[in-house]
Amino acid sequence: MSKPKREPVKLVPVPSVNIIPERDVDKTPILEVSHLGIDFGGLTAVDDFNMAIGRTEIAGLIGPNGAGKTTVFNLLTKVYHPTRGTIMLDGRDTGGMNTIQVNKMGIARTFQNIRLFKDLTVLDNVLIGLHNEMDYHLGGAILRFPAYWKAERIAKQRALELLSIFDMQDMAGNLAGSLPYGAQRRLEIVRALGTNPALLLLDEPAAGMNPSETSELMENIQKIRDTFQIAIMLIEHDMNLVMGICEGICVLNYGKVIAKGTAEEIQDNPKVIEAYLGKKKEEN
Amino acid sequence: MSINKKIIPMPLRYIINAVLFGAFLYIMNHIISSGIISKYYSGVISLIGIYIILAVSLNVATGYLGQLPLGHAGFMVIGAYTSAIIMKSVAAGSTGVAFPFALLAGGILAGVFGLIIGIPALRLRGDYLAILTLGFGEIIRVILLNIDNVLGFTLTNGAAGLQKIPKTTTFLITFICVGITIFAIHTLMKSRHGRAILSIRENEIAAEACGINTTYYKTLGFVVSAFFAGIAGGLFAGYIGILSPSDFGFMKSIEILVMVVLGGMGSMIGSVLSATVLTALPELLRSFERYRMVVYSLILVIVMIFKPSGLFGTYDFSLNSLLDKLILLFKGKRKNGQKNNEIKEGAEK
Repeated sequence: MSKPKREPVKLVPVPSVNIIPERDVDKTPILEVSHLGIDFGGLTAVDDFNMAIGRTEIAGLIGPNGAGKTTVFNLLTKVYHPTRGTIMLDGRDTGGMNTIQVNKMGIARTFQNIRLFKDLTVLDNVLIGLHNEMDYHLGGAILRFPAYWKAERIAKQRALELLSIFDMQDMAGNLAGSLPYGAQRRLEIVRALGTNPALLLLDEPAAGMNPSETSELMENIQKIRDTFQIAIMLIEHDMNLVMGICEGICVLNYGKVIAKGTAEEIQDNPKVIEAYLGKKKEEN
Repeated sequence: MSINKKIIPMPLRYIINAVLFGAFLYIMNHIISSGIISKYYSGVISLIGIYIILAVSLNVATGYLGQLPLGHAGFMVIGAYTSAIIMKSVAAGSTGVAFPFALLAGGILAGVFGLIIGIPALRLRGDYLAILTLGFGEIIRVILLNIDNVLGFTLTNGAAGLQKIPKTTTFLITFICVGITIFAIHTLMKSRHGRAILSIRENEIAAEACGINTTYYKTLGFVVSAFFAGIAGGLFAGYIGILSPSDFGFMKSIEILVMVVLGGMGSMIGSVLSATVLTALPELLRSFERYRMVVYSLILVIVMIFKPSGLFGTYDFSLNSLLDKLILLFKGKRKNGQKNNEIKEGAEK
């Protein structure tokens, strides 16, 4: 499979061993995680996790099954509260916040096992994502004040616009549960975009997709980054996707970061080969 | 399928519904006041209205919010007692004026209790919430059964209950309340707040990830449900004239729940129709007194076997969408007709 065309990004190392695209260097990183860790009873799921993501970076988080990748996402979105460490979002500490507050501050996510509102229409799914973008209050909704009509009209337009990224505006009236698998994954991304994030977390966006769908997804992820100017962090097992679009990659094994760098650096890193890619090579 | 374009513009849709509802009220009120229908049947019609409010309000908590509260009669009895006590204390001449305020007070107090019980209860899920709300309903009933006076005032009369409550519930006021309930719940559900409530039913984790304050919206759904149950309770007090705590036991909650489940959880039209049928049926079957509960139960069993999601599932009826479809159909036919003519003409040439 050919790698999608994109402008080469110059990567420069920053003091905290992270790699950030040059265009983002002088700006505050959107996400700065230091010494993040969580214990479940006696089990340390994630330990001493450090990472910084530039404002418009596409970052990858890879690692073998059970390495703690989704746990990192759950920590970032406060589904779990970290035992140790700090998460700085856009220079602000998210300690003590909950999922909702973190979402309002700008982290949106998708789920590994799709979590759509299955019995609602595609449009309603996106409108729920746009919930906090509308501001009319309860009384205004029940009595149908002009503010209601205005906000709903704008939100609907916005929802259709967002759906058109994936060319899904014609499916707006369908039930989300009736969509094919790939479309459900795309809808989840659209719903997440509706919350107007600064950082989008994608948990295995290409899982269950065929190669042509995956390459389309790669283009779309870049398109999203370019149009919305947001940072995207993704967990993925599809190496073509990760190596193709991720500017910085972080490899996790047994809850610990074993390597960080660009795609080339990761591919050549003996630790990574040992933990992860090495196995694959032997199989091949 | 794309999102259906609305042919009838928005304000007109509301006006059509309002006019039709107004016409229904006027005609029915005329029929009842002229005495064509016996007093017994007009009473049954009022009772149907009360049960519609109860079912539609419970549907907010079960169908839309996706919880299973079993204490709806508890909210109803709070509304009933509040309204009855107010009505008994006002002068005989001004009962008509005071009644709407008494209803509102009953609704608000029930809503307050909904809030008090809702905040701790909604941390629980499924069976646990059902048991907690069941316990709440029983507590209310037992308290009313055992307490004669509140703060020195003889208000509730314990097991004897309240008697000689002014019978102020008429067809008109009942169905105006029905209209308000349905309108308010409909407009609530078709807004960002309503969608937030639905998203909790669908997937709570995803709802939180979308930035929806799930605790707030769960409580909101619960309070709205309790508020309208309180209003229905007030209407019931004015309808029946006598309140005794034992009428509002666990079975009353189940009765309302059955209506919602039978009609389809999450369907307003389902709640309305099944409340109508299930209230009217026992009255209509009075002539076969002995078998009526058998027939009633049998209907429930049959519906649950053949349509477990309830008669209407989550389908909701919209008069205007129906009109839209009819207009489209009509237009479509005309276009097809024109096409056929063109084809014919072409063939002739």
